[in-house]
Amino acid sequence: MIHSSLAQLGAALRAKKISSVELTQTYLDRIARLNPTLNAFITVNPEMSLVQAREADARLASGRADALTGIPVAQKDIFCAKGWLTTCGSKMLHNFVSPYDAHVIEQFNKAGAINLGKTNMDEFAMGSSNETSYYGSVKNPWDTARVPGGSSGGTAAAVAARLCAAATGTDTGGSIRQPASLCGISGLKPTYGVCSRYGMIAFASSLDQAGPMGRSAEDLALLLNTMAGFDERDSTSLQRDKEDYTRDLNKPLTGLRIGLPKEFFAAGMGSDVAQAVDAAIAEYKKLGATIIDISLPNSRLSVPVYYVLAPAEASSNLSRFDGVRYGHRAPEYSDLADMYEKSRAQGFGAEVKRRIMIGTYVLSHGYYDAYYLQAQKIRRLIAQDFTEAYKQCDVIMGPTSPSTAFKLGEKGDDPVQMYLSDIYTIAVNLAGLPGMSIPCGFGANTMPVGLQIIGNYFDEARMLNVAHQYQLATDWHSRAPQGL
Amino acid sequence: MTWEIVIGLEVHAQLSTNSKIFCGASTAFGAEPNTQADAVSLALPGVLPVLNKGAVERAIKFGLATGAHVAPRSVFARKNYFYPDLPKGYQISQFDLPVVGQGALTIHVPASGKTEAYEKTVRLTRAHLEEDAGKSLHEDFHGMTGIDLNRAGTPLLEIVSEPDMRSAAEAVAYAKALHALVQWIGICDGNMQEGSFRCDANVSVHRPGTPFGTRREIKNLNSFRFLEQAINYEVQWQIDTLVNGGTIQQATVLFDPDRGETRMMRTKEEAHDYRYFPDPDLLPLEISPEWIEAVRATLPELPHVKQVRYVNDLGLSAYDASILTASREMADFFETVLAAVPKDAKLVANWIMGEVSAQLNRDGLDMAQCPITAQQLGGMLQRIADNTISNSGAKEVFRTMWAEGGEADAIIEAKGLKQVSDSGAIEALVDEIIAANSDKVAEYRSGKDKLFGFFVGLAMKASKGKANPAQLNDILKKKLAG
Repeated sequence: MIHSSLAQLGAALRAKKISSVELTQTYLDRIARLNPTLNAFITVNPEMSLVQAREADARLASGRADALTGIPVAQKDIFCAKGWLTTCGSKMLHNFVSPYDAHVIEQFNKAGAINLGKTNMDEFAMGSSNETSYYGSVKNPWDTARVPGGSSGGTAAAVAARLCAAATGTDTGGSIRQPASLCGISGLKPTYGVCSRYGMIAFASSLDQAGPMGRSAEDLALLLNTMAGFDERDSTSLQRDKEDYTRDLNKPLTGLRIGLPKEFFAAGMGSDVAQAVDAAIAEYKKLGATIIDISLPNSRLSVPVYYVLAPAEASSNLSRFDGVRYGHRAPEYSDLADMYEKSRAQGFGAEVKRRIMIGTYVLSHGYYDAYYLQAQKIRRLIAQDFTEAYKQCDVIMGPTSPSTAFKLGEKGDDPVQMYLSDIYTIAVNLAGLPGMSIPCGFGANTMPVGLQIIGNYFDEARMLNVAHQYQLATDWHSRAPQGL
Repeated sequence: MTWEIVIGLEVHAQLSTNSKIFCGASTAFGAEPNTQADAVSLALPGVLPVLNKGAVERAIKFGLATGAHVAPRSVFARKNYFYPDLPKGYQISQFDLPVVGQGALTIHVPASGKTEAYEKTVRLTRAHLEEDAGKSLHEDFHGMTGIDLNRAGTPLLEIVSEPDMRSAAEAVAYAKALHALVQWIGICDGNMQEGSFRCDANVSVHRPGTPFGTRREIKNLNSFRFLEQAINYEVQWQIDTLVNGGTIQQATVLFDPDRGETRMMRTKEEAHDYRYFPDPDLLPLEISPEWIEAVRATLPELPHVKQVRYVNDLGLSAYDASILTASREMADFFETVLAAVPKDAKLVANWIMGEVSAQLNRDGLDMAQCPITAQQLGGMLQRIADNTISNSGAKEVFRTMWAEGGEADAIIEAKGLKQVSDSGAIEALVDEIIAANSDKVAEYRSGKDKLFGFFVGLAMKASKGKANPAQLNDILKKKLAG
């Protein structure tokens, strides 16, 4: 059962072969057993989950069930969920029980899905290894000495270890795709604006996007059907007709034009990763695709541009965490300035502070033009590169991450090395494009390798088709870590 | 050697929307603390701003009313600073791309001891939309501070003038003109006690012909009187400082109304670096020509346009026209009354500027609280115009209406104030008087013209005051002439 697809689980629930309460309890038991090792969840609340499961069973019994009714879905702890502790991986919000639901949470609730718990993450989504979480690092289920990636590391580990049927993530510079790659699962970051950001705790507003993480492209399509949708409470949410993201899953790939950016296959990528990605490209040729060499000349500037813009927005977004109205307040302080300083010094971890300082610096008088404005200009150039590329190809492929999962603590002292692990994913966020990662083999140390698929704006259905056809022809996505 | 005073004003006008600028919480004044603070007002994690279209419409109205450029594209920016009543740690405002560009406002500076009244045009630099902060309450919290976020997120239009004013009187005249205009076009209730209209004054002094002096900004002046006092104090302080060999440092100061003084809040060196940048949660504000035209269609006729029309089309004096357009209520009242007696604009003007204004003054009311409706007054003026009642009868009708309400016709009927305009009846009455006072008639006819008033008095008395005076005069003159 824990290896079943969402479609299979949904069918079993609707056929009453299993109840949502049973299914939810199965996962809760696995979490109880395995989470002490993996630390994938920050909060599990069996009582609240089972209340939802009983409601789902009633709905299933009445015949009004949707595709996800009764299915336990874990939620990244960045999404505000009413009545749930919502920490965003930070001490700053160690006591914040949200009084309201994020739009994404509302969508799952409406669908009758079960909130199975809140998954661990890098603090305020700032990190690529899940080591910045105040609640401790998450262990990669394939090798618990290794990181799961980040920032949606808890989600990726939970999905890989079958601690949930599926889960949500958010992606600002690769936070869905990179952990999906490192944990051998599938993850999709939609086009910016497809999922509402309302109730999703902001890191970098112009880059943040929620997306599904699961074990197959088919599962992701069902999840995205639920998560996507216009929301008037988010001014950047896009008003578009509702799509069925499963509609193109079974189209053949004959004639598909795959662009391979030369910049993604240059020095810096591990040879094990290169081998797995090359093999995947070869598989696509077999499926009828043609390969086109393309160039994204400005993508080499993605990391520096990102590390100006994302911290700039973050430095402002995180100002609300001041100890005045909610969250952590220093137990002792002498005056107002001291209260701010102590509360924030105690509430935020080192990586968050680093980015607030970078962001404050680049927005400061006298530096704004040189950093923020320059970065915005290059951001447009990076987006134009993609627009040019899509005149020649339908999707772009390459590695998701330059390496497989590294060891816990391996990059802890070197932020720049850590930042480079998102070198292939960041340009996609800067351009606002959809991107996904699917498992395509194993590298050194038998750790999973991810293939990145980047689509044109609103091309999620086509990307899911491209991924699904590959997953019909291969079985990388159905491999599970041993011993769990 | 004289000093020239240079003043520019920044006015924060609270826009009269029902809900806040970026969320649905109410903007009503005076509610219990924090009862109008929703998730967005509280800046809970994950909440996002959504722009209130009504606030934008009001900004467009202001732009149109001041002949300003309404920007087809403007941008909201974050102004970052920490303060407990600023929940997000930044204020959403507009920085380099405001919604309203350069405009102008004509002001009337009243006569003073030294100068005649005059008109002047003040240039407006810009006007931009922003949100208000909450309130910090330092009393009654035993050494702690209370935060009320009801006001947080209330829409403001910040209206910035050029440094075109040369005296406190001009600054006050400008503030008053602006205050009247924002109410006139219905974008702000103008309630200064509740903080709906607040002024910051940038003041400097210099010798004519030399560059402008260094300015100091006086913050948060919420009455015209304080504005005048603060500027006058500040000007004198700056002149004294310079005369005594000192220099002026750019600074922000506060006015203490109890002591009548300005005092330093912070210098330029201590000023915040607000780290403005475009708010990524809000799209650029796009205003189409169609939207501007739709708003223009809802814009009332502006005071200066009305004044010209009152003079040219209605034959009123410039003075009457300016009084009748002092406020929207006044002009609306005038025009509603005029609709009842369209040919008698002067009569209407006289009654409104005379009896109505006098009574309002006596009772301490303003136009909006006038106990007589324009329709009621119009009904009464119709009866004057058609000679049903005399002027003295009208005054009685008016007094009754003011005190007890009611329509003119009913009051005339009940009090028997209808004039006698039946010439037969008046002739009969005059004949009787002439017959009964033959000696006086003889005196009159022998040249004692002054006796005419005596006959009018008798005739009025005989008619119980109801004879149409003009008609009575004519008949008396004719009959007395023999």
